[in-house]
Amino acid sequence: MRTWGSVTMRLSDTQRLFAPNAAPMTSFSGILRRLHIDGPLFGALLLVCTFGLFVLYSAVGESNRLLLNQIVRIGVAFVAMLIVAQLPPDFLRRWTPWGYAAGLILLVLVLTKGDVGQGARRWLDLGIRFQPSEAMKLGVPMMTAWYLHDRQIPPRLGQLFIIAVMIAVPTLLIAKQPDLGTSLLIAASGVIVIVLAGLSFRLMLGLTVAAVPGALVLWNFMQDYQKQRVLTLLNPDSDPLGAGYNIIQSKIAIGSGGMFGKGWTNGSQAQLEFLPERDTDFIFAVLGEEFGLLGVLTLLVLYLFVVGRGLYIAVQARDTYSRLLAGSISLTFMVYVFVNTAMVTGLVPVVGVPLPLVSFGGTSMVTLMAGFGILMSIHSHRKLLPH
Amino acid sequence: MSVLLSPIKDVHSERRLFLARVILAIVVSLLLMGTVVARLVHLQVIDHELFAEKSQGNRVRIEPVPPIRGLVFDRKGRVIAENLPAYQLELIPEQVDDLDDTLQRLAAINLIEFEDIQRFKDLSHSGPRFKPVTLKFRLTEEEIANFAIQRPRFPGVDFRPRLVRHYPDGELVAHAVGYVGALSTEDLQRLDPASYAGTSHTGKTGVEGSFESDLHGDAGYRHLIANARGRQVPSDTSELLDSLPVDQTPAPGANVYLTIDLELQRIAAKALEGRRGALVALDPRNGEILALVSAPAFDPNLFAVGMSTSQYRALSDNPDRPLFNRAVRGAYPPGSTIKPILALAALETNATNLTRKTICHGYFQLPNDDHRYRDWKPEGHGPVDLHDAIAQSCDVYFYELSGEIGIDNMHDYLDRFGLGTKTGVDVGGESSGLVPSREWKKNNFRDRDNQRWYHGETVIASIGQGYMLATPLQLAAAAGALATRGKRYRPHMVAAVEDALTGERRIVQPEHLGDVEISNDFYWENVIGAMHDVMQGPRGTARAVGTGAPYEMAGKSGTAQVVSIAQDEEYDDAELEERQRDHALFISFAPLDDPRIAVALIVENGESGSGVAAPIAKAIMDAYLGFSDDAS
Repeated sequence: MRTWGSVTMRLSDTQRLFAPNAAPMTSFSGILRRLHIDGPLFGALLLVCTFGLFVLYSAVGESNRLLLNQIVRIGVAFVAMLIVAQLPPDFLRRWTPWGYAAGLILLVLVLTKGDVGQGARRWLDLGIRFQPSEAMKLGVPMMTAWYLHDRQIPPRLGQLFIIAVMIAVPTLLIAKQPDLGTSLLIAASGVIVIVLAGLSFRLMLGLTVAAVPGALVLWNFMQDYQKQRVLTLLNPDSDPLGAGYNIIQSKIAIGSGGMFGKGWTNGSQAQLEFLPERDTDFIFAVLGEEFGLLGVLTLLVLYLFVVGRGLYIAVQARDTYSRLLAGSISLTFMVYVFVNTAMVTGLVPVVGVPLPLVSFGGTSMVTLMAGFGILMSIHSHRKLLPH
Repeated sequence: MSVLLSPIKDVHSERRLFLARVILAIVVSLLLMGTVVARLVHLQVIDHELFAEKSQGNRVRIEPVPPIRGLVFDRKGRVIAENLPAYQLELIPEQVDDLDDTLQRLAAINLIEFEDIQRFKDLSHSGPRFKPVTLKFRLTEEEIANFAIQRPRFPGVDFRPRLVRHYPDGELVAHAVGYVGALSTEDLQRLDPASYAGTSHTGKTGVEGSFESDLHGDAGYRHLIANARGRQVPSDTSELLDSLPVDQTPAPGANVYLTIDLELQRIAAKALEGRRGALVALDPRNGEILALVSAPAFDPNLFAVGMSTSQYRALSDNPDRPLFNRAVRGAYPPGSTIKPILALAALETNATNLTRKTICHGYFQLPNDDHRYRDWKPEGHGPVDLHDAIAQSCDVYFYELSGEIGIDNMHDYLDRFGLGTKTGVDVGGESSGLVPSREWKKNNFRDRDNQRWYHGETVIASIGQGYMLATPLQLAAAAGALATRGKRYRPHMVAAVEDALTGERRIVQPEHLGDVEISNDFYWENVIGAMHDVMQGPRGTARAVGTGAPYEMAGKSGTAQVVSIAQDEEYDDAELEERQRDHALFISFAPLDDPRIAVALIVENGESGSGVAAPIAKAIMDAYLGFSDDAS
């Protein structure tokens, strides 16, 4: 039981770090509480988005139009976050299976009736145009958390199998679009729920070993360009003008930024368009080039704060569903950050994952912020739940 | 570990398990982010120098700057070739939505020709999409104004200034100075790619061609900020322009001074206007070519500016062949113009002497042959000596001598005067002409019968007919050698080459060739005296031209039969008939006691050397020696 003691110690450390609201309640924090807004999380998100807008302004070639575009998207995403924050976790939980089922139907519809864009079938037009795969980013962890809510954790083997199906079906449907990046992230969000639910390390090891044939299956599912990305990672210089170009140019951009960067809007790699996808997937390289290691570390610290606050909320949560869901949302965000930064710095293959809250683009922004809305809902509604 | 795996019965232990997993997740997260941070430190701190260099190499592009081509002046410093700014019409393929439609509409407003559309399409597809394709090298004021109004209708098409080679006197100097034209694939293989980077035109003919290496200069380069597609980024956007390496300015081409006298050139061109022919005037004392005209000529500016297909076809299909440089490439039967040389040959080989007389009945017959070799004067010249035979151009006298001189001696002396071999003039494309000999005939005919030299062939060779061919330039050089009594200089057209930056001049020294040795000065006196009488004697063939002139001159007329018309060609055409007429030739020099100018010319189908060609030669000499009204 000494182990537990030390864990408790660490918990109090964590509490000190992420719970600055020990001070007496002011009227400002009263307003936040009434709106179900978590102040520290909200502040950190605002900082990330603001910093991101500066980087984006440079990355889109100082276009005011595109900047305004992104500001509007951020606004819409924050509104979505606020709305979701008002919904109590119980309400979310009750509607989870229906939402999940609806998501699956939409994914099938995408494959049959979806709009094709850039060689992939991702968009569905039902009055408004959207990507059902985005909704599934929240749908899968919610569904897994919902399934485990009433059950004893850690889950037994049979339950794990059911959960595996819950995760695998949308994952494969999305991989088929094809959208490898999103499908992997969605699978990760589900797996994170199981791990947080106490999946035994022995089983984890077993599943990892079992993942090898799984990976081979996935390899066969992959399009040629996706396979090429994996192969290119192993040796980017083998094809400097083809598939390896992105990674080489991105490394040059980041490396040439040095400690303090070349200065805002002065990155030659970004401004002269050597850097591909500079305003979307590779925006991290623009940051690295223009703001240097210092700028990059600043953003990473902000990200870690967001993740940390999310995990604090998860630990503080009152029921299994909230706990697992909050943990999964926070850690999936962490995975996002890692995959994008590791991809741009050439550590993992280019899988097409945007830098969360910074990359240009709307759909993923709304999903992310809705996820943070869930976190805020979980945190702000917990006093109302019986302990 | 076993604690974690034990079944959890209550909410409290579930929370503990969850907390443990969160802590595990935090550790894993920090490890992952630690990896990224380590990577960033590696890229941005440890390898920073390397990547900074790579990013510099990425954005800086070296663009060649073509040198300014050297100018060409005449002997008095008047401009013959210069560079003028002109507007050219360009199309940037990547900015044009519908290439075919755009070109069709440009053709519809007469800016390009319909038949060139395919060529421009091919050009647009061959290079990088951002590289401009030149549609028209020089727009007139009117075309610029016209296009400026319509420009919004043609996205991706615009005009741009550049330097264009310009010949202010156009046609007048075409065959002397030559022209520049757009670089061809063959040119690119021949020329130094470093020096020609960025150059669009190169000298093709004449002085422009043969002095290309002096005129061109060397390319410089400048550093540009380029984006990923290689396109230049406008300099006003860039703080990035700082810290660029130093540019290399191009070395301008050298200026070339010609020996040509533009005024004399003008008079000669005017005299030959409307005719086919050529004229070469040179200074016999040093070989400097004073005028070199081939008519009809063409406007060399057309090549510098670029021609449409139809314009080029009009030039190349013209039956008068304006592109053909008759002065250095045209090989004509020299006719009687070679008689003074043959006279010297006859005297030297003792085939005749100064007093021997022949009675000319108007024709000559070889023994045992019915064929009559006719004199140009059907009734004959009566009794003539060598002097008379030259002055009156008696053919029969030379027919009679021909057997005694022999073809090989004829060849020998004509060769000493430079006929039958290239003069080595400093412009290319020269023809060597032809002076036949037994040896030549043996080597150049397949058929055994044709390999034999016949006596009759010697007879007609003595009046410059038969196989014999000479260029106007060769005849001018030979006239010069007669004028100097055997002192020969290589004809040349470039007097000096001047460094455009320092003004330092490299003067071209006259090149003295082997002299024609004649044993007795009296022979020279007699032959030159006879040539003097051609123009200013009581019975000279060209006395109508020379008599009354304020200075003494010498000359020799020639009238050569046209041999090249095939018998089966249509005959009824009046123009073709005109082309059957004899060529008119003339050589001359003046002043007699100290010759400063020698002239040779041919007027194709001009019929009479003394009647048509001689007045032109005299006009040139008048002008050069300062005796004409319009001489400068």
